Amino acid sequence: MSETDLASTQPPENPGRRRLLTWTTGVVGAMGAGLAIWPFAASWKPSAKARLVGAPVEVNISNLESGQIMRVVWRGQTIGVMRRSERMINDLPELNEKLADPQSEVESQQPQYAQNVHRSIKPEYLVANIHCTHLGCIPQVLPQVEAQPFDSQWRGGFFCPCHRSRFDLAGRVYSGVPAQLNLVIPEYHFVDDNTLIIGVGPEGAA
Amino acid sequence: MAKPASNLSKNVQAFGAWVDERLPVSQFWREHLTEYYAPKNFNLWYFFGSLALLVLVNQLVTGIWLTMFYTPQADQAFSSVEYIMRDVEWGWLIRYMHSTGASFFFIVVYLHMFRAMLYGSYRKPRELIWILGVFILLVLMAEAFMGYVLPWGQMSYWGAQVIISLFGAVPFVGDALVEWIRGDYMISNATLNRFFALHVVALPLALLLLVVLHLVALHEVGSNNPDGIDIKKNKDEKGRPLDGIPFHPYYTVKDLFGAGVFLILFAFVLFYAPTFGGLFLEKDNFVPADPLVTPEHIVPVWYFTPYYAMLRAVPDKFFGVVVMGAAIFVLFFLPWLDRSRVRSIRYKGLPSKIMLALFVVGFIRLGMLALAEGTPIQTLESRIWTVYYFAFFALMPFVTMFEKTKPEPERVTK
Repeated sequence: MSETDLASTQPPENPGRRRLLTWTTGVVGAMGAGLAIWPFAASWKPSAKARLVGAPVEVNISNLESGQIMRVVWRGQTIGVMRRSERMINDLPELNEKLADPQSEVESQQPQYAQNVHRSIKPEYLVANIHCTHLGCIPQVLPQVEAQPFDSQWRGGFFCPCHRSRFDLAGRVYSGVPAQLNLVIPEYHFVDDNTLIIGVGPEGAA
Repeated sequence: MAKPASNLSKNVQAFGAWVDERLPVSQFWREHLTEYYAPKNFNLWYFFGSLALLVLVNQLVTGIWLTMFYTPQADQAFSSVEYIMRDVEWGWLIRYMHSTGASFFFIVVYLHMFRAMLYGSYRKPRELIWILGVFILLVLMAEAFMGYVLPWGQMSYWGAQVIISLFGAVPFVGDALVEWIRGDYMISNATLNRFFALHVVALPLALLLLVVLHLVALHEVGSNNPDGIDIKKNKDEKGRPLDGIPFHPYYTVKDLFGAGVFLILFAFVLFYAPTFGGLFLEKDNFVPADPLVTPEHIVPVWYFTPYYAMLRAVPDKFFGVVVMGAAIFVLFFLPWLDRSRVRSIRYKGLPSKIMLALFVVGFIRLGMLALAEGTPIQTLESRIWTVYYFAFFALMPFVTMFEKTKPEPERVTK
């Protein structure tokens, strides 16, 4: 008893050595503990299997009529492939004033080769991730020109039932709605006139 | 007959002493029950602490039983819940006890927190009790959210989609963070599995630890009371507070009575309205999850609605998430925002009373507005109440410092 009391009250023989040992032990121990967290945190990342399922998909668009939209699932996201009519394409520039980002200036929302008026490689075809950029719901497709409860001069587009965000037929977001960003245009390219690949951009364009 | 009985009791006593020398059982019993003095003027509001404990036990027991029949696999989760509801003997009861219990947990906890706000129970020296309580609320919210995902219905799926994508609002790492939480490029089996693990193991452990700390902190400083005065100031010659009564048997009996009344109400909902008209279990959640079809209205379960209304009221995603988070975060500072000379609302001035009343109205209105359509007028009202929610806290230091208070009594009143 008295011996331990003595040991704890007396200053260590070599305080510098004690301090160095305490600190190095502490730092190395903390680093070890920190590194040990990594496997647990990293295990939450998409697994090899999930990454494999996330590979590009091929879409046949030969049956797509003018004004029609088809939905393709890629990486669990719904990708809309729409064949726009003359009227729809001509409408696009006229909506500019009502939109938040008519020139697609936010770069994260489309690859460079889709940063144009129609936000696509070919004006006729829109390829867009149609999950709302607000909270990820899937908007309804209302392509016709007709008065809607939310917009009496509706020129056709996407309307999200979750929080009433609206997008035009190039996936550009209207201003004054919860969503702030245009729909995301994924990387894609045409293999030939009837086939496109979603997930990989045109060669040399990326 | 007398002789063997006394022998038996002697043996029991000897056994008790044997244990006590090794484990302080009777000391614990005395310190926390028979010689733990609680103020004698507790009223109806003081039921909710023990009721929260009761609901916690209900959730743990029914939860353990549900895991015996539930399958945490995306393609089987929904049907395993149907299996529990239809085929497992009494499975419907256990499942509804769990789902109804979740809603009652929040009812009880919100009322418990309101009690603390009424009587200033968060004030010095009870700051840590309050802070631990806010942590309990946070864990409870995470627990409830993840639990709601497990049945893998449409609302499970799309609710998870909405809530997880909120993390996408974090600058720079948002998208990577969302992918990390989901474990996939979408809400998937990986997400369901980890939510299951967190819901049944990790978060309940955290919750239990926090509840223990909450109670240890409470028993260290003693309970507040409706008058907000310190009962330890007036003690008898043995050092017992004059206005205190032993927790056992006085409050154990009172709380048992409260539990009885509570269970009657609980059973009524459990048996006659387990979904509570779509508020406790939403209609869309009786449809299996479908990643390709979004339900028409995505609304969280009622206990999240006030915060969801705040999210919707802000027209910017990032700022909306910040506001929603801040609405919870601001609670941590409550003990230092209240600068009144008195603790209890009974002796505070009229401005404090009006502000607290409006706070309650606002909280309820926000909850209702989140469930509504979202017309411009409703959005405007949401914004007003959101601003008021924060104004309540921001103005509190000034209101409580400058308002005229009534003198606190020396001893607790009836």
